[in-house]
Amino acid sequence: MTSAQDGKFFQRGKTEELRAELQAAEGKDKKYIKRKTALKKIVANITMGNDMSPLYTDVVHCLGTPLLEVKKMVYLFLISYGRSKPEQITYVIPNFLQDCNDRNPLIRALAIRTMSYIPIPSVTDALAETLRHCLKDRDAYVRKTAAICVAKLYVADPRRTEKAGYVEMLRDLLLDSNATVVANAVAALSEIAERHDGVSFQLNLVVANKLLAALNDNSEWGQVYILDALLRFVPQEHADAEIMAERIVVQLQHANSAVVLTTIKILLYLMNYVENRRLIEHICKKMGPPLVTMLSSGPEVQYVALRNILLIIQRRPMVLKNDVKVFFCKYNDPVYIKLAKLEIIYRLARAENAPEVLAELQEYASEVDIDFVRKAVRSIGRLAIKVEEASSACINALLDLIDTKVTYVVQEAVIVIRDVFRRYPGRYEGVIPKLCEHMDLLDESESKAAIIWIIGQFSDRIDNADDLLDDLVYTFLEENVEVQLALLTASVKLFIHKSQKPSVKELVHKVLKWATEEIDNPDLRDRGFMYWRLLAINPATAKEIVLAEKPAITTDSDRMDRGALDQLLLHTGTLGSIYHKNPETFIRGVAGRSLPDTPALNNHSRAVLISTGRGAQYMNPPISVAAGPIEPSAGPSTVGNQAPSSPEADERLLPSGSDGQDADTSIDKDRDADEHAAPTRPPAPMDVNDPYSNLDGAFGGYIADGPRPMQNRGQNNDLDDLLL
Amino acid sequence: MASLIAILDLKGKPLIQRTYRDDVPASYVERFLPLVLDFEEEGQQVTPCFSSQGIHYLHIRHSNLYLLALARRNTNAAEIIIFLHRLTQVLVEYFKELEEESIRDNFVIIYELMDEMMDFGYPQTTESKILQEYITQESHKLEIQARPPMAVTNAVSWRTEGIRYRKNEVFLDVIESVNLLVNANGNVVRSEILGAVKLKCYLSGMPELRLGLNDKVMFESTGRTARGKAIEMEDVKFHQCVRLSRFENDRTISFIPPDGEFELMSYRLSTPVKPLIWVEAAVESHKGSRVEYLVKVKAQFKRRSTANNVEIFVPVPDDADSPKFRASTGSVQYAPDKSAFVWKIKQLGGGREFLMRAHFGLPSVKSESDFDKRAPISVKFEIPYFTVSGIQVRYLKIVEKSGYQALPWVRYITQNGDDYSLRTASEKGSAPIAPI
Repeated sequence: MTSAQDGKFFQRGKTEELRAELQAAEGKDKKYIKRKTALKKIVANITMGNDMSPLYTDVVHCLGTPLLEVKKMVYLFLISYGRSKPEQITYVIPNFLQDCNDRNPLIRALAIRTMSYIPIPSVTDALAETLRHCLKDRDAYVRKTAAICVAKLYVADPRRTEKAGYVEMLRDLLLDSNATVVANAVAALSEIAERHDGVSFQLNLVVANKLLAALNDNSEWGQVYILDALLRFVPQEHADAEIMAERIVVQLQHANSAVVLTTIKILLYLMNYVENRRLIEHICKKMGPPLVTMLSSGPEVQYVALRNILLIIQRRPMVLKNDVKVFFCKYNDPVYIKLAKLEIIYRLARAENAPEVLAELQEYASEVDIDFVRKAVRSIGRLAIKVEEASSACINALLDLIDTKVTYVVQEAVIVIRDVFRRYPGRYEGVIPKLCEHMDLLDESESKAAIIWIIGQFSDRIDNADDLLDDLVYTFLEENVEVQLALLTASVKLFIHKSQKPSVKELVHKVLKWATEEIDNPDLRDRGFMYWRLLAINPATAKEIVLAEKPAITTDSDRMDRGALDQLLLHTGTLGSIYHKNPETFIRGVAGRSLPDTPALNNHSRAVLISTGRGAQYMNPPISVAAGPIEPSAGPSTVGNQAPSSPEADERLLPSGSDGQDADTSIDKDRDADEHAAPTRPPAPMDVNDPYSNLDGAFGGYIADGPRPMQNRGQNNDLDDLLL
Repeated sequence: MASLIAILDLKGKPLIQRTYRDDVPASYVERFLPLVLDFEEEGQQVTPCFSSQGIHYLHIRHSNLYLLALARRNTNAAEIIIFLHRLTQVLVEYFKELEEESIRDNFVIIYELMDEMMDFGYPQTTESKILQEYITQESHKLEIQARPPMAVTNAVSWRTEGIRYRKNEVFLDVIESVNLLVNANGNVVRSEILGAVKLKCYLSGMPELRLGLNDKVMFESTGRTARGKAIEMEDVKFHQCVRLSRFENDRTISFIPPDGEFELMSYRLSTPVKPLIWVEAAVESHKGSRVEYLVKVKAQFKRRSTANNVEIFVPVPDDADSPKFRASTGSVQYAPDKSAFVWKIKQLGGGREFLMRAHFGLPSVKSESDFDKRAPISVKFEIPYFTVSGIQVRYLKIVEKSGYQALPWVRYITQNGDDYSLRTASEKGSAPIAPI
């Protein structure tokens, strides 16, 4: 098709001139060329953002022109300005109604579609009248347009639309002979049901099967609407879910990724109601390849896929279990893709593939993008913590990286090595001298706090620990609180180890004095007082408390809570699945979703079920999304600083909290012991009103996979759990 | 569903936009670019979907334009992003180029298309061929006006009836793209074959087509034995015209094709691939003042095939200057904008091997801690009459009720994918790898 040359109309037009032009066109105007030109100028001005509403009556006057193009431009004008002229629009309504009865279905549909975009009472009234006929129009094109109009009408006036029986008429359209009409009716009904005040829209087996029959005759978009609606089918028996899953599994072969992701959403949902293990395995096996194929699409689709994959493999680890390599980054991948892949790589890493993964991470650690490099380095440390077999190789890799002397690389390495020390006590302390050599490169508080923790913790083995600390303490008052806390605890530890040295005594005294007298931060001050008393009253007890044995850390618990995952996966492919948040937490007035509890629900899924009452959303204050639930790509410096907003955060090894934990864990020794003895951890305390309160930090950032105490080891490793 | 779709220039100025729902004020379009800039300033990644003040921004780039969708609800992100790509595709097919100028020149028809392609935020008809039947430049008298083609609501939503060709022909291209990553030590880390079967259909009426491939699963399920090699596709994706249920039942690929050009199917194989074109580069830097490269290329495929238009991109330091090249075949050019030199070989015969040398001066002396990370070597090539997977079209049956004879033409080609790269060994003199 050749291009028009209407660019010339993009000139700011004065309304008087344009009006004059339109009026002139009422005279002799062969083929209505003048009128068309004038209208184009007006539409061009609307496009440029100029107010053309003063021309309302003149433009409407053109409706009599027997030219489709003119009609469309006038309608476009009405969509833009109709609502601002409620009195004058009544003059247009007869034109609309005339068009609604036109012989040409294109015109009929155009008329109701345009009317439905002008939500003022007089138009809505007229539309309501004529829509009744249009929903039964002989032409499918009109019916499919009318179906969507019902949804629009519902938004304008829910109660009336329902009373007038339109919702019922939509339900009738579900059985329409034309598949496109069925799909649009499904979309409209789903939309209506989605509203918290909406009508209910459940599918029984008969209707669900009818919809499935229409699936293959639909365009790709129609397929998305129908598949999406299958979430409203609640299996009462295992067989219901199994048959349905088998019927839709073939849609995974569709070229459109939206169809594929929606299919995956339904499959994941149905699998909660499937009993047959073989079928579950079969479906899991089928889901992997299409997900991998999406990685060959454009970066935007890839990104959606990657964020979803991260959720899916936590719930169904069988999917993509052996596919870590496909997530290896391409050199030219956008950084947001690389970061998303990195998280998946880490999650898929196990003893068998650890050497390849490590080699790849090392490659990334020398790339250009700083953010990516930092996270790659951090991942090497996390790999050491996750996969014991690979820990020595990872430590070697980290030491090589420290040799590069690139500051941000060294800082990241020091931070993760501290965690590695806690995971494998007594194994890698030999590398401490090397870390200390590069102390002068550390200029960020997180890494400083890490090296200070290391020096304090192992001050009995570091000969010149007192000199090192003395240097670090020099800037005590200028440091931020994270570093100050670390310095305070480290000097106390040093004192306990080397109390006989006068210089050490002097040092600890100096720090305690600063912390208690010069500092305003209550946390720091109180801790200073506590240490001081402890040391003064009974140095032996102080030793027991400050140097108490710490629980080792692990990454076993880094998977998201199963019940929460089940819930989040009901939103596969949507924005929520990208932000890793349930929509009711970021959209006002949206009803939450949960797995309906029926006899067919798996015991495994029921055990972790989080149900959302329909009223729950009112209790949830919509969170402010100023910064937005954007992809958690907060800078690395904030990673460790996340406020302990979730219960888990307390257990997480926060850099600033690690010192606190020394004290905490030992003071609360009894509690700790109990937890160790208990095979499973009691569920994290939750805000009763907010079932997601414990999710908050769980996906906040990179630290979501950060090491945590080894309390619930084994809880998630049950094979059944992986499968069902 | 989207509340608003807009096309913006790179400065964030909306060129054209259409509101579909009242829940997002149109003015939010202008907040898009400032938000993007803010993210960039804060060192955050700008992802294809982000949210601010309860509004969700989904966007793609096309040459010098942003295509943006705004939403307030928990939208199906995949659907909207793909819709934006489809919109781009339709506009390109309408106007050849999609750019600021063509948008201004065709704004009236773009409004019409936006009205037709999406309703209340729900994507509707996005097939450009079908749209072109009733949304056109020519003015329609209301008397003899366009009607919605049957295809809009038909089960066959991609083809219209009454197409006539004097000569009925189908051209079939089987194109395989190889993606491959080779480590500095010469091991293949990752490889995959992305295949596509593209059709150009010039057929009259409503023809039924059936495509037969040497598909291993099909042979196994029908109990037939393949003559020659059969291939195992890991994942197959079909154009919406293919009847998926039939494929699921007996692996038959049957369809009524759209008219003209389209991609019938794509497939993926992750069987290990030997690098068809092997490149290795030895790099020697002399006291940081000059650097030398010795590049070897080897065609590792059968002698009867030839690779055409081979281009080997070897990255060099950003500030490299005064290039000197010597190649045993082809030509070499320095591409400073890409920080690389390109060795071009028009024809590279199977089994052949060539060498080239490059020499650069390095004006700035590098400090020892300078972290010089070079991009991998990347290669472009095309090998006609050859598929690396061994896929073959066994038949393409064409049946139309008028009973005409149609000729299918098949062509095969293997080429580089978007990531055919070989990592170079770290430069001599860089930090030695110390054992613990």
